[in-house]
Amino acid sequence: MSLDVLYFAWVRERIGLPKEQLETQAATVMDLVEELRAREERYAAAFADISALKVALDQELSEFDAPLAGVREVAFFPPMTGG
Amino acid sequence: MPVRIQAEPFDPGAELNAFSKTASDVGAVVSFTGLVRDVSGGLEVMEIEHYPAMTEPAIEAMVTEAKTRWALADVLVIHRFGHLNAGDTIMMVATASRHRADAFAAADFLMDYLKSRAPFWKKEVTGEGAAWVESKAEDETALERWKA
Repeated sequence: MSLDVLYFAWVRERIGLPKEQLETQAATVMDLVEELRAREERYAAAFADISALKVALDQELSEFDAPLAGVREVAFFPPMTGG
Repeated sequence: MPVRIQAEPFDPGAELNAFSKTASDVGAVVSFTGLVRDVSGGLEVMEIEHYPAMTEPAIEAMVTEAKTRWALADVLVIHRFGHLNAGDTIMMVATASRHRADAFAAADFLMDYLKSRAPFWKKEVTGEGAAWVESKAEDETALERWKA
């Protein structure tokens, strides 16, 4: 399946791009994280500690064990600091 | 429920006056204004990044939730992104209700959720370099009290 993957804040900076389109067979968010970690050192660095990260699926906050079936857009980012 | 996400500065006083006038059958308006604080004493600029496709829906969901919990006549949320300077207004929340208790509680609730569930990230740029503002454990604790 084809996924749009978005990165924000220091995740974006560490990986070096805001968005990319991926072809993946990952069943869950965690599977996708493992795929990304294996790609290059900058991904491994960004995803070294996922307890420091949040994930949104199709613009809604989700969990790392969530399935990706039917999802179009995945976003990874640190905890929000709005307000 | 006006929710505005914008780079442009805004006048919180003028917004509050306009908001107070449009609401009918309202006896209480509560507002909160958030400013850029120069924590280190050397802030050159604060950069606020957001997730455009998610920001407005996420805040609208918070406003909808607030309206189910309290009797609100109207809600206003304005949040800026982009480059801001110390003392600039980052955001404001205003709530209007017949009575003050609901207006206060809803504004408090919305601020807690905006702080750690609206997809904004702040970066402080000083002469020493740039650093992302880290979320605080108490921001998560603050959400707990609304879960009962």
